Order: sequence, then structure tokens, then C-alpha cells
Amino acid sequence: MTSQVIIQAIISGILMGLIYALIAAGLSLIFGLMEIVNFAHGDHLMISMFSTFWFWMLFGIDPIFSIPLTIILMAFLGVFTHYFIIRKILNSTMLIQICATFGLAVTIRALAQFFFTPDFRTIKNPIIQGKLEIYGIFIGYPQLFASFICLFAFILLYLFVTKTETGTALQATSQDRQAAEILGIPSNKMFALGWAIGLSCVAVAGSMLSNYYYVFPDVGVNFSLFAFVAVALGGFGSINGSLIAGVIIGIVESVGGLLIDPSYKLLYVFAVYLLVVILRPQGIFGRY
Amino acid sequence: MLLNIKNIDVAYDDYQVIWNVSLSVKEGEMVALLGPNGSGKSTVLNSISGLIKIKNGEIDFNNIPIHKFETYQRVGVGISHVLERRRVFPYLTVLQNLLLGAYHEKAKAEREKSLQDIYNFFPKLKERSSQIANTMSGGEQQMLAIGRGLMGMPKLLMVDEPFLGLAPLVIEDLKLIFKKIAERGIAILFVEQNVRLALSMANRGYILESGRLVIDGASKDLVDSKEVKRVFLGS
Ligand SMILES: Nc1ncnc2c1ncn2[C@@H]1O[C@H](COP(=O)(O)OP(=O)(O)O)[C@@H](O)[C@H]1O
Ligand SMILES: [Mg+2]
Repeated sequence: MTSQVIIQAIISGILMGLIYALIAAGLSLIFGLMEIVNFAHGDHLMISMFSTFWFWMLFGIDPIFSIPLTIILMAFLGVFTHYFIIRKILNSTMLIQICATFGLAVTIRALAQFFFTPDFRTIKNPIIQGKLEIYGIFIGYPQLFASFICLFAFILLYLFVTKTETGTALQATSQDRQAAEILGIPSNKMFALGWAIGLSCVAVAGSMLSNYYYVFPDVGVNFSLFAFVAVALGGFGSINGSLIAGVIIGIVESVGGLLIDPSYKLLYVFAVYLLVVILRPQGIFGRY
Repeated sequence: MLLNIKNIDVAYDDYQVIWNVSLSVKEGEMVALLGPNGSGKSTVLNSISGLIKIKNGEIDFNNIPIHKFETYQRVGVGISHVLERRRVFPYLTVLQNLLLGAYHEKAKAEREKSLQDIYNFFPKLKERSSQIANTMSGGEQQMLAIGRGLMGMPKLLMVDEPFLGLAPLVIEDLKLIFKKIAERGIAILFVEQNVRLALSMANRGYILESGRLVIDGASKDLVDSKEVKRVFLGS
């Protein structure tokens, strides 16, 4: 095995990791805000991918142009999800909350199977295709582009949360809901905003993935597993943590697959997760 | 009358903890709400700021009934609530905490001015403006919580157990600050378990026992009252 192959695996891992990071950031934001785990997160990613696919299939809009449309769609879906489901279970027991978002996941997937069939779809001839070769290392343009856009979205998210007034209010709500409320910050609106942002993250990731990934009803399953691991690894509620953790997972998955056997990818990722749970249960940047 | 509470009942689900309590605060007045642990003092403040909804009765502020307002709307009418145990936003900086105090429209317009004002009031907060709130001492966090409340430009400042767990010297500092706030014409309603301390500051006091008002009056009349001694010493 040459060093080139290993470098290749590391680069692919980092690129994929940046996508995991954005997906995980959305999950982490929602959790940090209202302590609810969105078990439908992977399925929201799937909807974003189908949205991108249908914009292309029906209207001929390329994924790089349908991103804003998918973001708007998913942001609305997030607000809708908050007002019609989450708001009603905010003060319920954890079991009820788990059942609600898990039930949502099952429902979304079943509906997708029913309406879209379980077929695997691909977007043919997207604007961004082909690959780049540097010193014998190949990087697909769609992968490279997807990772850049996800990193860019991640930076925007970070700046929004830490530097803007609304972002600070969002943080305040996640740190102390009552204290925020008595200062005039309506937590219900903040929660809806959190869902809108959380699902916008998967909208960006999903749009970009559909450039080179199969689109099918179960596509979200592995992504959400990795996102959960990334959130736990990075620390629940920590956005910075999900960036580092996403990239670690991408590298472990890719290099592990290269060195041992790609069919055990999940095993390597969960092995790293177990190690973290044992050594540092609150995650890298965790408070919980 | 600035704040006028008329015959409120408050319950946590079916467990009633406040029975037929009436209380009022005039403009610029300092009023102490006293009572043993668990007598319902915090619950009364929480009903005023809306963290808990009342079952019966009425709460008027500047003659507007506010008890049906959402919690987040009440700071806009002029009520700031400094919660029990300070409750500063632990992972935000001092400055971020203060600015959030002026989140509602009216206060936001005057934000910079209020901030300079608060910094004059609490020079320590200015020095520490970029420090993360939960790395400060208890006394400093209490100043921050009060500063954050004042940023909302209240007509009534409610403070729940401001002196809890503070060193005697810090308590003296804080007493002085309360005096200065009152001199600006801001009414203060505060909760305290130390009767002597509270009555040395307040114009008037109300004494709660098991969710019921047992006695109220001017501080000087309450200090030597037998009824007050009975409530607190159980004799
Ligand atoms: N969230 C709550 N749920 C149920 N009971 C509560 C809650 N908060 C306070 N109580 C009860 O209400 C009563 C009054 O509490 P509180 O207002 O906190 O008293 P104080 O501030 O005077 O110590 C107590 O019996 C307390 O146990
Ligand atoms: Mg109390």
C-alpha cells in the first residue's frame, strides 16, 4: 500500500466528514435548544435529497441552483414540525418525546416508500461532475464542491449563532429558557427558529449529496447514525464539537475501510464512539 | 398604584400553594416579601412575571391587567425579574448577558445608554465585560443579574433572595446599590428570609406563611411585631 492511497483515503474522509459535521450541527442545535433528539434527522436529509432530485427531474433545475429552494422548503417543514408536533410534547416525559420523533421518522420513510417507491435514483449529468487529479490523488469535483458548501454553511451557522443578536438569544434560550423568557425572548419562536435552522443544515447537505449519491427512501439511516455519533463525540449541544467530530468520523470511516475492510465501516466509527464514551462521556466539547 | 395584586390563587397542577394573596407596590417604593422557606414567595414573583399562571384573581400593572399576558410580553410593560439563584446565562459573556437584558423593543432603543449607566453603577462589570458569566463569583453574578434586569428599563425591579450565599461585605455593597436604584425612582419588590435585614431596607413588608398573607405594614411596625416573631420563630 502506498502513501498515496492513504492520503487519498484521508482526503476523502475529511470531505465526507465536513458533510457529517453539518448534518450533526443541525441535530446538535435542536438538542441543545430543547433537549429533544430528532430521530427523524436522517429522514429529513432524505427529504432534502428527494427535493433536490425532483427539482431536477421535474423542472430541470440543477442541484447547485435548487439549494435555496430546498432550504426554504426544509425551513418551513422545520417550523411546521415544531408547531404541530414538538410544541405539544415539550413538557412530556422523555419516552413520549422519543416516540414522537421516532414515529415521525418511520412515517416519513413509509410515505417516501409509498410515493417515491424504494427505487434508487440519480441525478444525471449535473453541472458539477468529473474529477481533479493532483500527484496521483483523485478528488471528485462533486465531493469537493459539496464539502466546501457544507463548510461554508457551517461557518455561516457559527457566525449567526455567536455573532448576531438573534443567535445570542438562541443561545440564551438553550442555556436557560425561563431566564430568557422573562427578558422578552419568546422561547416558542426560538424553538421554531431552531428547527428551521436545523433542517436547513440537512437541506444544504442533502442538496449537495444528491449530486453524486443515490437518492432512495432509506438513504438517511446511515447518515443519521453517523450524525448521532458525531453529536455524542463532539458533545451534546456543541456546534464546534460537531465539526471536529464529523471530520474525525469521516476519516475513521474512510481510513478504517481502506486498512481493514470497507464492509465494517460502521464498526470503526462505533469503536471510536465507545472509546470516547469511556474516556470522556460528555464528548470533546460537551457540557452535559 | 404601580403593581396591584388582587386576591390571587396559584397552584402547581392541582397543588395550590398561594391562597387569596393581595399585595401592592407604589411608584419608587421598596417592598419586602418575607416568609419562611417554602411559604410561596418565589411563586408570587413568578406569577407577576408570568413564569406561572394564576388560577384566580387579578394582577394589574399601571392599571393594565397583565395576568393574561405571555411571560415574554411582561418585561415590555416595565417589570424586570431577577430570579432566585441569579440565573445568568452561564456560557455567555458579561456583555452578552447585559445586552440580552435590553432585548425588548423599548429597551433596545436605549441600549447603549443603559449599558454605560450600568457600567457606572457596577464598575466591576465593565472590567469583566468579556468574561464568561459562570466563571464569576456569586456576588459578581448577582450584580450581573441585577444589571441585566436594569437593562430592561423597568419601573418595577423584582429580586428573589438577592443576598443568598453572599459574604457580609458583599451584602453591604448590594444594600447600597438597592438604595441607589430606589433613588432613581425604580420600585423594588424583593424576597428575603432574613427579616431584620429586609426590614432595615424596605419601606413596607408583607409576611407570607404557607401561601397565605398573615401580616403587612410599614417596616418599623413589623420589626417588633409579635405576629412576625411567631411566623419566623414558631413560638
Ligand atoms: N415547580 C413546582 N412544582 C410543584 N411545587 C412547587 C414548585 N415550585 C414550588 N413548589 C411548591 O410551592 C411552595 C412554595 O414554593 P416557593 O414559592 O418556591 O417558596 P419560597 O420561595 O417562599 O421558598 C412549596 O411548597 C414548594 O414545594
Ligand atoms: Mg424562593
